[in-house]
Amino acid sequence: MYALEKVDKRFPGVHALKAVDFHVNRGEIVGLVGENGAGKSTLMKVIYGAHQPDGGRIAIDGRAVRFQNPRQAMDHGIGMVFQEQSLIANLTVMENIFLGFERQFTAYGVIDWRAMAAAARTELAKVRLDIDPATITSRLSFAQRQLVELAKVLTIEGRVDGDLVILLDEPTSVLARAEVELLFGIVRDLTKRASFIFVSHRMDEVLELSDRIYVMKDGAVVDVVDRADADADAIQHKMVGREVDKEYYREQKQKPHGGEVLASFEGVSLEGAFEDISFELRAGEVLCLVGTEGSGREAILRALYGLRRPTSGTVTVKGRPVTRFTARDGVGRGIGYLPRERKVEGIVAGMNVHENMTLAQLPKYSVGGVLRVAAERRMARDWIDRLGIKTPSERTDCAGLSGGNQQKVVLAKWRSGGSDIFLLDHPTRGLDIGAKEDVYEMIREMSDAGAGILLVADTLEEAIGLGHTILVIKDGRFRKRFDGTPGRKPSLYDLLHHMI
Amino acid sequence: MTEFTTVTAPRLPSRERIVKWAPLLVLAFLILLFPVFEWLEDFRGGEDHFYLLDSRFFSIRNAARVAIAATPALMVALGVTFIIIMGSIDLSMEGTVSVTAVVFAFAFLAMGGTLAGHAWLAIPLALLVGAAIGFVNGVVHVKLRIPSFMASLAMGFVGTGLALLVTGGDRVRVEDEWFRSLLTVRWFSFPVMCYVALLALLAAWFIQSRTILGRNFYAIGGGEDLAKASGLNVERVRIMGFTLAGVFFALGALMAVGRIGIAETVTGKDFMFISITAVVVGGTALWGGIGGVWNTLVGVLIVNVINNGMVVIGLPSFLQDGVLGLLVIVAVVLSTNRKSISFVK
Repeated sequence: MYALEKVDKRFPGVHALKAVDFHVNRGEIVGLVGENGAGKSTLMKVIYGAHQPDGGRIAIDGRAVRFQNPRQAMDHGIGMVFQEQSLIANLTVMENIFLGFERQFTAYGVIDWRAMAAAARTELAKVRLDIDPATITSRLSFAQRQLVELAKVLTIEGRVDGDLVILLDEPTSVLARAEVELLFGIVRDLTKRASFIFVSHRMDEVLELSDRIYVMKDGAVVDVVDRADADADAIQHKMVGREVDKEYYREQKQKPHGGEVLASFEGVSLEGAFEDISFELRAGEVLCLVGTEGSGREAILRALYGLRRPTSGTVTVKGRPVTRFTARDGVGRGIGYLPRERKVEGIVAGMNVHENMTLAQLPKYSVGGVLRVAAERRMARDWIDRLGIKTPSERTDCAGLSGGNQQKVVLAKWRSGGSDIFLLDHPTRGLDIGAKEDVYEMIREMSDAGAGILLVADTLEEAIGLGHTILVIKDGRFRKRFDGTPGRKPSLYDLLHHMI
Repeated sequence: MTEFTTVTAPRLPSRERIVKWAPLLVLAFLILLFPVFEWLEDFRGGEDHFYLLDSRFFSIRNAARVAIAATPALMVALGVTFIIIMGSIDLSMEGTVSVTAVVFAFAFLAMGGTLAGHAWLAIPLALLVGAAIGFVNGVVHVKLRIPSFMASLAMGFVGTGLALLVTGGDRVRVEDEWFRSLLTVRWFSFPVMCYVALLALLAAWFIQSRTILGRNFYAIGGGEDLAKASGLNVERVRIMGFTLAGVFFALGALMAVGRIGIAETVTGKDFMFISITAVVVGGTALWGGIGGVWNTLVGVLIVNVINNGMVVIGLPSFLQDGVLGLLVIVAVVLSTNRKSISFVK
């Protein structure tokens, strides 16, 4: 009933969807799997109207449609249950359910709360949720909120004639097993009223719930399997299905490390993020943490840096147990942190190149609180040369630089300060290929110089290509350790198998 | 990578460049605008009038008048500039100015009442009092986690109350010839206080561009999370910022007393509107990280030129406040980049 035919979508530099054929039958649950960056989210955005395709055709019951925005998609019966929950926490459940559609309950602009509550109860009953519609949303558990979200999407039913298609984006990522069962039960019941598209990182859940599974890779649908023929191994092979390009990741430059231990975790836990994690990071080593979104990788980085205090266990940096967890102490211990969101935590927009580079080391470039700007600028020019940062001058606003060059500025900031432990969180996220290669080159160079690098890579290939050691984390727990010595590197499939 | 770098690293677009210089253009426009009204009036009256040359507004004498009026406001606005660069706001200026003015006046009189004697000690005392009030502001804001506008607004009222308590509503006259030479002695048509203000402006510029503290203000305003992640002690910087602002408010109080020779509870009146308006009109962003003391100078001049110009062209006084408000809105529209949603909210 709902079909995409040869849908294409391009972004500058990326061919995000390549002639994708996709359809959903009435009352069907369709699974959608793929690695990060395979095009799942772009496809979903096209389906619920947030993106407009550049080519191809979208048809409902054979009639071509085109959505300018999600609201129009909703009017055609297509709803989205967001992964990042979209409920407004300080409003009541019923206000959330009917947000933007209060008209039906108003007379002369005044809302009839009793009517709205009654209508909300009907909606909540569809998802078997027995709560007072006047409850403030923030009081609900995650599972309950997920169901409210579903109930909100189901209100589309009352507004359109045709059938519903509901997208579920990682709906189980914050749910406990029993809650997942409950959700699946409800979804199966609801197939009388709606079709579902289910996106998840958890292969077992996709296999359990879906009637048919679409496998995506590099923006294309590479396979469609029926539940009867579905096999987790085969699907995982199809999701990756390519070799790691040795040259690309500078594998020939990977040298064995044998340095002393720079930092270590011994049975470290952080409530709600990770549990009982142990590892050692040695001088000259590139240690990659691999796992799905929300597996706890970022929290491990932040705990080592000092932004988060572990609830138990021992963190040791350069032979000394860490007792004070502040960023200031992390900087003092020689740790440089390259966060994932460059715009938020990497560079200060509005500050120029040399100001950003010296931000963590201002006492070094000052006498009695007065800055020696000339010394700052000399240092900055030196690093601009060494890293080949493309900027008109050291006095250019960092916000005007390209992503790759911003990344280099952040690296220069820590390297110029003498850091020898680097925590890199998705250092190549959003960079184009040339800039990525520059970052790989720098990682090799830093590891040659004896720095210890803890890396959360953007893709699995990157982790395999760059890492001396690869640790797989799943749901905040350590799963498997792989040796990354050239020639013995694990395959993508090996990693994926332990991740999901 | 060449192709991408050129796409993603545009030069400063011309629009941004215009926004950067807009406050100065607005100021120049206003300076040329008011003489037009004078010319129109004389033209209607059939008198000879050369545009600009015969203008009473566009004259050295009037420039000095504008400068004198702008001096106390500039001091206060400089103080609050640092706070706004941090992305906070300080609304305690009226109370702080009143208290420091009154404390200064009493101390000055108590210590002999002339700068020729020990009474000069009242000046550092006033600055210390200003610093202390700012320090309390900062501590209340940071340690009790009260939003800065609320903490400082409350402190401002406390200050006004204190000033009233100390004076009992009386005016305190400071008539020392030496102190009043701030206003009475003129070099090149401008009184001494204008040169003192210039020094303070240069000091503020130095703090902004050449000290760790100044750099930290921008870092916190531009990205507090990043500043923290870079190991900055954000709380301490905030407290120091409010303390510094207090010192500049005290300087403003000294200028205000020097200008009219009187310290009283209402000495601080109107400074809030003028200083905040001046900072915003000058192009310093309310969400922090952008702008600086030169923007503030231009902003203070814009507000004072509008004020003065309305008097010169003889606008009825009951219209002046309303027109000032409207012109300020126009000036903000012209001189700031209002794309950011955080500002609009």
